[in-house]
Amino acid sequence: MDKGLPAKREITFETELFGSKTFLIYVEPVFSKAGETIGINYMGIDITDQVRKRERMIKIREEIAVQKAKETELNRTIHITEETMRAKQMLATMSHEIRSPLSGVVSMAEILATTKLDREQRQLLNVMLSSGDLVLQLINDILDLSKVESGVMKLEATKFRPREVVKHVLQTAAASLQKILTLEGNVADDVPIEVIGDVLRIRQILTNLISNAIKFTHEGKVGVKLYVVPEPPFAKEGSQHGSDGSTANQTTTNVPKEETCTSTSQTSSDQRGFHGKKHEGSCQNRSQSEPGTPVMNGKIDVTEEQAELPETTVWIRCDVYDTGIGIPENALPTLFKKYMQVSADHARKYGGTGLGLAICKQLVELMGGRLTVSSRVHCGSTFTFILPYKVSLSCDHSDDSDDPDDLSDMDDHGDSDDDATNGFFQFQPRTLGSLFSSNGSSRTQKLLAHNIGHVNSHKINGFSENYCSFPTSNGQAKEMDLVEDACSVAEALEISSEPECSFSHSPDHDSESAICRGRRHHNDVNGENKVSSIDVSTYSETSREVDVKVKISEPQLPAERQGRSDSGSQSTLNTSQEVSNSISKPKILLVEDNKINVLVTQSMMKQLGHTIDVVNNGVQAVRAVQCRSYDLVLMDVCMPVMDGLQATRLIRSFEETGNWDAAAKAGIERPSPSSDSLQPDCTPPKHIPIIAMTANALSESAEECFANGMDSFVSKPVTFQKLKECLEQYLP
Amino acid sequence: MLGLDADRLRADLNRLLAFLFHQGILDEQYLQLQQLQDESSPNFVSEVVNIYFHESEKLLRNLRSLLMDREFSDYDKMGIHLNQFIGSSSSIGAKRVRNVCVAFRAASDQNNRAGCLRALELLEHEYCILKNKLHELFQIEQQRLLAAGVRYPMLN
Repeated sequence: MDKGLPAKREITFETELFGSKTFLIYVEPVFSKAGETIGINYMGIDITDQVRKRERMIKIREEIAVQKAKETELNRTIHITEETMRAKQMLATMSHEIRSPLSGVVSMAEILATTKLDREQRQLLNVMLSSGDLVLQLINDILDLSKVESGVMKLEATKFRPREVVKHVLQTAAASLQKILTLEGNVADDVPIEVIGDVLRIRQILTNLISNAIKFTHEGKVGVKLYVVPEPPFAKEGSQHGSDGSTANQTTTNVPKEETCTSTSQTSSDQRGFHGKKHEGSCQNRSQSEPGTPVMNGKIDVTEEQAELPETTVWIRCDVYDTGIGIPENALPTLFKKYMQVSADHARKYGGTGLGLAICKQLVELMGGRLTVSSRVHCGSTFTFILPYKVSLSCDHSDDSDDPDDLSDMDDHGDSDDDATNGFFQFQPRTLGSLFSSNGSSRTQKLLAHNIGHVNSHKINGFSENYCSFPTSNGQAKEMDLVEDACSVAEALEISSEPECSFSHSPDHDSESAICRGRRHHNDVNGENKVSSIDVSTYSETSREVDVKVKISEPQLPAERQGRSDSGSQSTLNTSQEVSNSISKPKILLVEDNKINVLVTQSMMKQLGHTIDVVNNGVQAVRAVQCRSYDLVLMDVCMPVMDGLQATRLIRSFEETGNWDAAAKAGIERPSPSSDSLQPDCTPPKHIPIIAMTANALSESAEECFANGMDSFVSKPVTFQKLKECLEQYLP
Repeated sequence: MLGLDADRLRADLNRLLAFLFHQGILDEQYLQLQQLQDESSPNFVSEVVNIYFHESEKLLRNLRSLLMDREFSDYDKMGIHLNQFIGSSSSIGAKRVRNVCVAFRAASDQNNRAGCLRALELLEHEYCILKNKLHELFQIEQQRLLAAGVRYPMLN
């Protein structure tokens, strides 16, 4: 009105009758001819419906806009995911492609390693092998991860022996152990002898966990514990989660007509768990092919077709524990994430890529289990995984070649052997107990004897805990062959520790013959004169033939052999071994009380190709010389009981006078002349070169050494060069 | 499980060794020890060194208990311990430890109790350093070996 202009507006009225209604009001002023406002024209239109429609339209448009935005986002995400999948696929493919030629390289390198190589070549080859291995590992890890993530990982179902797997993994780890740790494995008695599962993956998980444990533990022990637990809450009864689908086809064809018996009677073809595959192969040939019905997890019998062969699922829990540095609480949640390590510091200090635990967790979960960890900083950690395993309950029949298709439940319960249920292993760091043994071969024999003795006692003890002591390093055996022999014997010990072998028919017979052979061999060693190194290889070879070497009971092991033998008797042993000088090796005596020096010197001599006898003081030195003629004596000067100077004096007096009176005066009794004594008293004793090993002490001046009868001296610490010069000078 | 850093580890190893040589903590005798390690005795160095630690700690305990004894007068006995220590230290190349031992022995020869105490403190200190460094060395070596040693089962 004020402005004198028409206006339009929407006004909403509330009416009692019709609710709220909206009108479009048009008002215009009416002017008189003179221009004065005299009134208004008032028009109103009911636009309620239109307004409503309009509002709805707005809302709809809004919604559409939102929808569109969502769609775009989704599309983008799909796109990204596709790209990622493609990239992963490509990575997997490429890795696969890379793997073949790479494993070719590694295989060739391995073959090369078996040929004759000199030291430098071998070192180069080792680098090649380890580098190739590393890359292969990486590739396999990547492939694993991508397989697991993309859901195409197929799980195997093979029969295997959990105890063997545990032992094997621990052995492998023990073999390269640099620290002083005890590795132990404990498999509860209620764990079945054989179970069905993906042994390769399980071994992978175990190896990973154990090597982590070793990595982060600097003292104490690392161990594995396996035991049966009741079905855990996270598993669903009769569900097909976890290892279904992928395992279905394989399990069904493997299940029927299996030959397992939880009560341990074993068949010859079933030496080792992971021969199960071979076993299954033959099984598949024989058995009727089952339709691929999915197998259910759970304690229900499987399907109607397999009604004859009930199966159970047993849940086995595995703890891998250590007394290591522990894991802080805040690091626990991210532990299993990919590429995560506990901290950057850890990553730097301990290495690794952080893939291991992620893979483990995925694998475990894929198999239907769970992987958890508990830890205390500075105390240790325990990684636990629970997995379901199938166990076939049907009893096996004796697997002789005659009756493969026989479904009869004829049992061969015969020798349910203790060894198959042996569940306790321990691997101690190799203590250099044979410190004062003089030559490597006797040490190897000791090792053998040690192993044999132990396994033997283990046989006697039945189910009781057994102590299979495997050295973490194979010690200073004379040559590689010896080491290999020892290994193979040790391995054979392991194999035949479960004599479900075909020899089970007549174990006693075999063992007796083995015993006889063993005993005879012993007599050989003691009485006759063979070079000790050859002895050991013969021993191993006969053992290999017998194949049941374990059963060699050798309680009559000469006491000299075990533990730290008195070197006097040791040298007696060696005397008889090497008396006949068909191969004349120079006889060298080392007189030294310091353990470290003994080790180092001995090792150096070994590398220079000599074996030496060791004694620890002057008295023992004199005795040794009395028993045996040496070509060279390395005499430490400062020693307890009797020092090197006096010992030399006594030896020289013998050489001059032909008798040991001076020694007797000093309190050393002449040993009774035995067949061991080589020096008939009539011939004049020859002059033994005696080299002093001086530590630059005041009392060890060169003049004094010469004055006491030494020929020369070598100053400590002993080096290769010094030893070599010495040998060149004084040995013929 | 993977030791991708095998190269890095080797470099670390060499760097640490160089440092130890440079500082005089180890000398060439240690290299002699390394030469003794081969396929037939793959853990020789760590075995010997572990025995050395074991023995040395015994010796250190003995030395300390001797010196702590108020009526101590048996310098000869101390000399014997020291000789042992000198011998084993020089055999593995522990130069600094050995040198301190030699000084210790000199003080002992002069029946200088105060000097002996000082030397013992220094000896324990040097021994600690040596032990830590060697442990570090072995740790790196262990990693390298584990990485190289675990042969991966070939999956198809």
